[in-house]
Amino acid sequence: MKILTLLSLLATHLSASSVNIEENAGQFFSSGHTNNWAVLVCTSRFWFNYRHVANTLSVYRSVKRLGIPDSHIVLMLADDMACNHRNPKPATVFSHKNMELNVYGDDVEVDYRGYEVTVENFLRVLTGRLPPSTPRSKRLLSDDRSNILIYLTGHGGNGFLKFQDSEEISNVELADAFEQMWQKRRYNELLFIIDTCQGASMYERFYSPNLMALASSQVGEDSLSHQPDLAIGVHLMDRYTFYLLEFLEDIHPSSKANMNDLFKVCPKSQCVSTPGHRTDLFLRDPGSALITDFFGSVRKVEITMETINLTEPIQQVEQNFVNEERQKETYSYVDQLPVSEIIHQKPKQKDWHPPDGFILGLWTLILLVFFKTYGMKHLKHIF
Amino acid sequence: SLCKSVIYGIITYRRRGQLAALSIAAVVIIVGVPLWWRTTETYRAWLPVSQINELSNLQLQLSAEVEVVFARGTVTPEQQKKVPLTQIQDEEHTVDEDTALRYRYETKYRTATIMEEDALNQPTAAEADLSLHTLSESPCGSLVVYVIPESSSLLPEDMDVYVGQRRTALLRIGAQMRVGKTLDQLLAHLEPRIKQVLQVMSFSHTDISAALSDRVRLSPGNKESIADSMRTFKSSPGYEITFSLLNPDPKSHRLHWDIEGAVQTYIQPLLTKLASVANFSIDSQTLYYAMLGVNPRFDSSLSAYTLHSDSLAHVINPVEARLGSNAASSNPVLNFLLYVPDAHHSPLYIHDRKKQEVPSNAFHSPRWGGIMVYNVNGFYGPEAVFPVDVNINMAKVMGVFLAQLRLLLGVQSSTAPSGFLVAPCGSNGLADWELDRLMWSRSVENVATATTTITSLAQLLEQIGNIVINDNIAEQVSSAVTSLQLAVAELETGNLRFALQYSKEAILASERAFFDPSLLHLLYFPDDQKFAIYIPLFLPMCVPILLSLLKIVSDARQKRREKQAKKD
Repeated sequence: MKILTLLSLLATHLSASSVNIEENAGQFFSSGHTNNWAVLVCTSRFWFNYRHVANTLSVYRSVKRLGIPDSHIVLMLADDMACNHRNPKPATVFSHKNMELNVYGDDVEVDYRGYEVTVENFLRVLTGRLPPSTPRSKRLLSDDRSNILIYLTGHGGNGFLKFQDSEEISNVELADAFEQMWQKRRYNELLFIIDTCQGASMYERFYSPNLMALASSQVGEDSLSHQPDLAIGVHLMDRYTFYLLEFLEDIHPSSKANMNDLFKVCPKSQCVSTPGHRTDLFLRDPGSALITDFFGSVRKVEITMETINLTEPIQQVEQNFVNEERQKETYSYVDQLPVSEIIHQKPKQKDWHPPDGFILGLWTLILLVFFKTYGMKHLKHIF
Repeated sequence: SLCKSVIYGIITYRRRGQLAALSIAAVVIIVGVPLWWRTTETYRAWLPVSQINELSNLQLQLSAEVEVVFARGTVTPEQQKKVPLTQIQDEEHTVDEDTALRYRYETKYRTATIMEEDALNQPTAAEADLSLHTLSESPCGSLVVYVIPESSSLLPEDMDVYVGQRRTALLRIGAQMRVGKTLDQLLAHLEPRIKQVLQVMSFSHTDISAALSDRVRLSPGNKESIADSMRTFKSSPGYEITFSLLNPDPKSHRLHWDIEGAVQTYIQPLLTKLASVANFSIDSQTLYYAMLGVNPRFDSSLSAYTLHSDSLAHVINPVEARLGSNAASSNPVLNFLLYVPDAHHSPLYIHDRKKQEVPSNAFHSPRWGGIMVYNVNGFYGPEAVFPVDVNINMAKVMGVFLAQLRLLLGVQSSTAPSGFLVAPCGSNGLADWELDRLMWSRSVENVATATTTITSLAQLLEQIGNIVINDNIAEQVSSAVTSLQLAVAELETGNLRFALQYSKEAILASERAFFDPSLLHLLYFPDDQKFAIYIPLFLPMCVPILLSLLKIVSDARQKRREKQAKKD
């Protein structure tokens, strides 16, 4: 009797372990994505915001190291650090003090640089509403089986993020953009990381499914910078991204670390601010989502079992070298700007705006009329 | 008299003030407010919202025609008189509250003609299929099933159905029909088996519900269907195919491949046949010094290098960075790589999970492409002078790539049920019924995607009152709606080719409308920002007007009270 129960236990254990092997083989199907994209945005310009560019470039390097190719990364940088006149080491952007690690290098592919990093372009990239002339490298060509990583860094506040010191994106706009992505099935799962002051306010308004968000600080807290370098003269990295990168250095393409480990990165003791995260919109359990589901690009692979038996010989491509030469198509470059249209164009009908000072003049006129009719001393009749 | 003139001055002065206040208030209200309203209005062209709402509730009907032909020996002479007859069957499925499917099968029964009987007397099923095809050609979307007697030698013993290369199938009648039974029993026996043939050759509920995945996030069915849906590319108006030859060792191997001829002979026929589904553009390149990025292990028992299937996943990324693509189009790209291992690591074999050698020596990645390893060490001996000229056997290579292409495009169906013998696809790589299957699922997918796009666009435009809707967007939306209605109507009547064409037009128009660059402005105007803009402009102006109007009213009331007091 006991032997029977032991044997049955053994049998179930064996069948369970064989199911485990099946499950490992079937890990293929657990995440549901077939390709990875990354949108990395640095929203600040000017020399004293060196650390934001270094943040973004470090994340770019990690993401490339873990396998996402340049064609699947949209990198938006102000890009005025490496060639800035104040940079004591031109053509470099360092992320560790004592100039240990140059994250700029010679194979950085920046898709939107300088003044192209605007709220409008960022939203256009996310929603896909780009003009038809935009090249492939500047588009986010994701489909319903893409996992997308979005990383934003810069200066932010409660409910907004400042772009290039001149405009802002609000959390409502961001949430609406993600909802439009969901409506068009432009992502399978999306990981949103933001490293700014009061970063948690940016993910408060999300309402689309399959979103996971991390922020470096809660509402009311500031995210602090980390390493000042005396030779360069500015802070090189922000704390949250620094510790995030330290964590990512241990991740390799076949690592099994999951999102719960990512949430523990940079506790209050190291970061001074309290990092936050949001997983209620994410359909899977965060413990089952691997880091490499978003940061890396592990391809699913199937062995090709069938082949087709082709027996026909190759027919030679017809070559006409009879008397005349083969008509070669002449290729020419497409006009980047329709120059002939521009120089011969009539001035565009702009929307009519009232002349400058109109409102001021209007006030003055109205107030003048009233004071004239009532007189200053009779003001008491009015008020 | 001085006192009087002063008093009159005060009165007229006051009256002038009152008139001034009243006239300014009149100008503001009559001229100012409408002017402000018109100049801050956003232009919104008219959209067919009611039709869009109708389309959001999708009731799709798919009709398939089946002709069932009884060969000699399957029906008795009395039954033959009752045949020909037509039956129509409907099958309803409700997918979710907005989507319902109905499958209509129109079955026509008849007996075989003499020429068909001759064709069925051929020695093998393949030849019978060929000669049947020469007799008549079935239109797109329909099927012909020939019922052959049990004693027929066309099919091997354990097989009951033969699926041909065109749109015909041979069905062997079951043993229990040997003794004469009534026609109704015969038809009842045949019905489930014909339905099974339809599921393989035409459309099945799993395929169609997988095609609706854009509308309906279904809970995953069996693993095979998930793998199929993850592997095949989504419906797109065009695809780009790139063939790349990777030569990591040009010092040892000088490779020659006749890619133009191979594409023309082997791949182009398939793509021409698929022209109604999508446009394809093909290019090719050779990459030198492109390594695999994974170190193969040397297996001394085979005296060859092996790549285990677990390490295959890491092969693609380092190579992909160097592949490049056509910058001009945003179509999905299918990459087919032919890797010739370097002389020091030849021969290189791929092993599957069970450590068995893979006969094709190739693997593919869902929604990306395929890689094949081609060993050339057999073409030269140890005394050869490097670099060696090698001519690659394109027939073998293209056989593998064609199979991978079929898988990635969704042409290859999952394994057929037991008892089915499926003919290998013809010289153009695609059987007619496979094309029909693809057209069914593509049409449904296009219709589903277009309806979702249009409905979500309409919702978005309604929600955000500030977005400008230009005329061209309204035009695209209207044309998308018209094409969708036509596509649904054509699917109902069973005109598959027209349904696919209309569904493609619908998708193009809806995508163009949804992704129009002009739909970005004025996305978000919170109310507090609107107040913050208008208050500094209008409040200083309105306060004196309002207060003076109030003063006029209170003055008038006071005068009336005085008059009343005077009267009394």
